[in-house]
This record gives sequence, structure tokens and C-alpha cells, in this order.
Amino acid sequence: MSASNFLLANLGAEVAIPPDIREHLALHGERLEHDRAVPRPDEPVALELRGIDLSFGGVVALQGVDLAVRHGEIRAIIGPNGAGKSSLINVISGVYRPDRGHVAIDGRAYRPVPTQKLARLGVARTFQNLALFKGLSVLDNVAAGRAYVGRSNFLSQIAGLPRARREQADARERAGRIIDFLHLTPYADRLAGTLPYGLQKRVELARALAAEPRILLLDEPMAGMTATEKNELADYVRLARDEYAITVVLIEHDIGVVMGLSDRIAVLDYGRKIADGTPQEIASDQRVIDAYLGVPPENEDGEGI
Amino acid sequence: MSAVTADFSLPFSLPRYAGTVAVLAIAYLIVPFVGTSYLFEAILLPFLALSLAGVGLNLLTGYAGQVSLGSAAFMAVGAFAAYNFNLRVDGLPLLVSIVLAGLSAAVIGIVFGLPSLRLRGFYLAVSTLAAQFFVQWALTKFSWFSNDSASGVIDAPVLSLAGISFEGPVGRYFFALTIVAVLTFLSYRLVSSQTGRNFIAVRDNETAARIIGVPVLRTKLLAFAISSFIIGVAGVIWAFAYLRTVEPAGFNLDRSFQILFIVIIGGLASIRGAFFGAALIVVFPLILSRLGAFLLGDVFDSGVLDMTQRIVLGALIILFLILEPDGLVSLWDRLRSRVTAAIRRA
Repeated sequence: MSASNFLLANLGAEVAIPPDIREHLALHGERLEHDRAVPRPDEPVALELRGIDLSFGGVVALQGVDLAVRHGEIRAIIGPNGAGKSSLINVISGVYRPDRGHVAIDGRAYRPVPTQKLARLGVARTFQNLALFKGLSVLDNVAAGRAYVGRSNFLSQIAGLPRARREQADARERAGRIIDFLHLTPYADRLAGTLPYGLQKRVELARALAAEPRILLLDEPMAGMTATEKNELADYVRLARDEYAITVVLIEHDIGVVMGLSDRIAVLDYGRKIADGTPQEIASDQRVIDAYLGVPPENEDGEGI
Repeated sequence: MSAVTADFSLPFSLPRYAGTVAVLAIAYLIVPFVGTSYLFEAILLPFLALSLAGVGLNLLTGYAGQVSLGSAAFMAVGAFAAYNFNLRVDGLPLLVSIVLAGLSAAVIGIVFGLPSLRLRGFYLAVSTLAAQFFVQWALTKFSWFSNDSASGVIDAPVLSLAGISFEGPVGRYFFALTIVAVLTFLSYRLVSSQTGRNFIAVRDNETAARIIGVPVLRTKLLAFAISSFIIGVAGVIWAFAYLRTVEPAGFNLDRSFQILFIVIIGGLASIRGAFFGAALIVVFPLILSRLGAFLLGDVFDSGVLDMTQRIVLGALIILFLILEPDGLVSLWDRLRSRVTAAIRRA
């Protein structure tokens, strides 16, 4: 373990370090990687998929997929285009209803996952194609992540009754903190639709974090980014995990970023899970090399949600 | 989002609502004393009623993203409901009749908003046409609604609120202005609240909105209800303050389109926009007829005028959609910032 990582880990355990300093340390320390504690095998399972089958008409998207994600883990799902990665995230978030199998969140099984209650179950996600509210400011977009908490009705909001005002102030304050954390403060008042792509991706991450989820699903958070932006975002994801103790499920094409970022990796190919293990295990798995690592890079933007 | 201000911003800083206060001050303190009866009857009263209807439709279409072609139907529901509440319940204050009329329109709005839970865009627009046809048919078919008047025409009652009666053009103008000002203010509060942001979230990305926990179905129906409430009250103003006698045929599809055009030309998702759009829609035919009569003399009769109006209006809408999709309101904002910059430089 490098000195600065050691320092960071120790400091983090005892005192609250401002996020920007933490980030600074993380950037300048050796880029973390696997000497950092992989969540122990005895950590409870936060999210579990059992025997998920999904097909569209005759096209099989997922077939008998099992996946167990432990608390506090950064779990990557990789695979070639069309392997079913996004479908998997959509099944977990209830956008798709699986034909067979179920999703268990904190031990409770669902089929399908109730999308409307997702945020209350402690799950937040981002989308492969940007899904921001273009007509709202960055701050309002991030504050929208708190929508599931609101109890006040529109009349009390119009009248500005104490509860409505408290809710609004609370949402904005939490959103403000996340915006600080992800260094989006200069853009807080800009309309989300006017920001460059990389920043919009980060705003989406902020919106998801604002919900204070226990499980965070990231559907290609780095697609279309430059290498620098990717590393930056990877650092943010790691920091968010450490700071808020969340479990992260991440889909990403860039194998380099994934290897450095994740604790464990599941590999999909043609809708089946062909490998599951630590980055080292995955890197040396012959089936993975055949199915994925051996092929040239894909057209990243060419596929739909 | 857009503020309700319609002001000339001065280079030094004023509170954001200064412009609104100025406009209201002019409307309450100056216009009533300098305006002619023609100004009130032909311009300001229809302008106020249509502006309010535009505000209502803008909440639904501009903010919540649900297209509706049933606005005139909701105006009709408001007008006829207010008429009947006022007629059939003795001693009911007019204000209560108006609120009940708005609520009736809201209920009808929710019913015809139910398809929005499944349909979007054009398909939803077509399904809201059902409201348009059904309401007009029901009001014509059942003469109870018009108190068995032979032609289906209803006459407005005397307007009085809290013991003050509003007679004559100026009185009716005050009546309309007050209701419009109050409801516009409440709409502004709404769009800047969490509910208003939920509207925009549903409009911009329904799936994302659902996933972060916005109650999408409830939000859509709420948008229909609130929008119809406001449009219903606009119908009351249209019938009671502006025309004084109306028939169901007055609330036809043309009127629905007119309100939609107001929203598009004025600017979607802008409360000010509804006022800009309504001003254009009301003033433009008058200008056109004056101009036509001046240039062409007798050739420019009412038939030609009507046709010219449609052609020019159609052309305007196409131009707006292409050149200024954000409507008059963004044109105005750009102009204003340019003028402000020029003043600063000078």
C-alpha cells in the first residue's frame, strides 16, 4: 500500500476530510486499486439476481443470469455490445420485467422491481443515454433526486406552508452538498441541457447520489468521454462509494477503467454470464479474452438503451 | 424558469418583481382612467380571458408536456358551470360559483386527462379532441345547462364580489384583471415549487422521473386538473366579463387552437409568454383590418379580412416554429438584454 493511500485510509477513518481535499489526495496518491480493501466475502449481499431470463419477442436478451453484489462493492458488468448489460440494469431498476427469475434488494425478492418505489428502496441509477431534465437548472436536477422524499401537496407548496418550505430547503441543501462534492458548483444555475456532455454525465451522477441510495446503478457513466474525464469520473465514483458507503453496479466499455475501479467484475456475452470474479481473475479468463478482450473496440454510441 | 415579470429592466438593479408591480400599477391605476370603452370591450377583456386560458394551457402543455386540444371545452365547462351554480343555488356568492366552476372544469379535465397515462404527443392531442366534441355536444343536447333557452344562449349575471358590483366596461375590466392577476400569481408560485419541477421532469424524461420517485401518473392528472381549473375560470371571464351572452358554439375547436397558438407564439413553459401570445392574437386582427381597410378600401370586406387573418396567422406560426421556437418571450428577452447593454455602454 502506498504511503498516501495509507494516509488517506487512516484519515478517512478518523476525521471528516473535506471532499475536495480527499479528492486531491486520491488523485495524487497512487490510483487506488486493488490493494484497497476488497469488501470481504462475508459482507452481506445487497443485491441479488437469480435466474433472470429476458427476451423481446424472439430475441433473447438475458438467459439464466445470476449475480450477487455485496455491500460496499464496486461491481462492474462488462461485455460486448448487445451482450445484455443495459438490459440487466433495466431489469434491476424495473424498467423491464424479466420473464423468469427475480431481483432481491436487501433480501426482499421482486419481479418486476417496482420502478415507482425504486428510490424508496434505496436504489438510484443513471442512464446510458443522458436522461437529465433539460429544462431545469443543474441544482433543480440534482434536487429532483429528492423527489421521493416529498410529502407536501401542491396547495401547501403554493401557499408556502412550513412543511413544503422545509422540504424544499432540505432538498436544495443536500443537492448543494452533492454539487460541491462533484465540483459542479460553477454550473449550479445553468440549465442542464446547455452543459457539455461530460458535465451532464456528472450531473446525472449527482442526481442519483442526491437520493442517498444504498445501491447505485451506473449505465455506462463514461461512454463518450475522453480518457481524462473517464479517470476523473472513476475517482468520483470511488469517492462516492467511500464517502456514502454505497454499493455500486457499473456498466462500462473501457476495460482499463473497469479493471482499476471495480472490486469484482461480471462478464456477459450473448445474454449469459460467462465469468465473474476479481479483475485479475477476469483478465486471465480465457473465455473472457475470447469473447471480449480479443475483439477490437466497439462503436460505443451505436446502441440504444 | 421564466418569471412572471414583463418589465423594462433598468441598468441598475431592481427587485425581480419590480416589472410586474409596474405593469399591475399601470393596469389598475392608469388604464381605467385613460382607456376608452372600445379598448376595454374589444381588446383588454378578451386579452385577459385568453391570457388566463393561455396560462392554464401552458401549465399543461408547456410545463408538463401534455398536448391538449380541449381548452375551449374546459372554458365552456367553466362558463356553463358558473352560470348554473349562480342560477340554481340561491345566495351563492359569485366568487364561490367561480371556484366551483373551476373545480367542475378540473374534474372534466381529469376525466379527459386519463388517456395521458397511456398516450403521448399526437395521440394524446387527438384523444383530448374527444373532450372538445363531447362537451359541446352535451351542452347543446341537454338544454338544462342553458336553463332551457331555445338557442342554448346564456346571459351573464350581475358581477359582484364581496359586495362590490362590477358594472360597465371598466368594472368588468377590474373584475377580470383581479381574477387573472391572482391566478397568474398562484400559477407562478406553482411552477417554481416542487410540483412545478415535477411537471418539467415528467415532460423532459418520463422514465427518469419515475425512477427518481416522481409520482408520474399523479403528476400528469394534477397537471390536467390545475390547467383545466384555470382554463375553466378563464371561460367564466370570457362569458361573464367579456361577451356577456355566450352559446356552446362559441367554444369550438377554433378557440382551442387559438389558445394553443397563444401558447406556442408566446413561448412554451413561460407564464409571461401566455400574455405576449394573447396580446398578439387579440391585437393582430384589429391591426390587420385597419391596415387592410386603409390600403385596399372597400375590397377589404369581412370575408377577405377573415381569410387574410388565417393566412397571416398560419404564416406567423410557421415562422415562429422555425425561427423562434421559444416564442415571443425569448424575442423580448433578447431585445431587452440588447437594449440594456446599449444603455450601459452609453
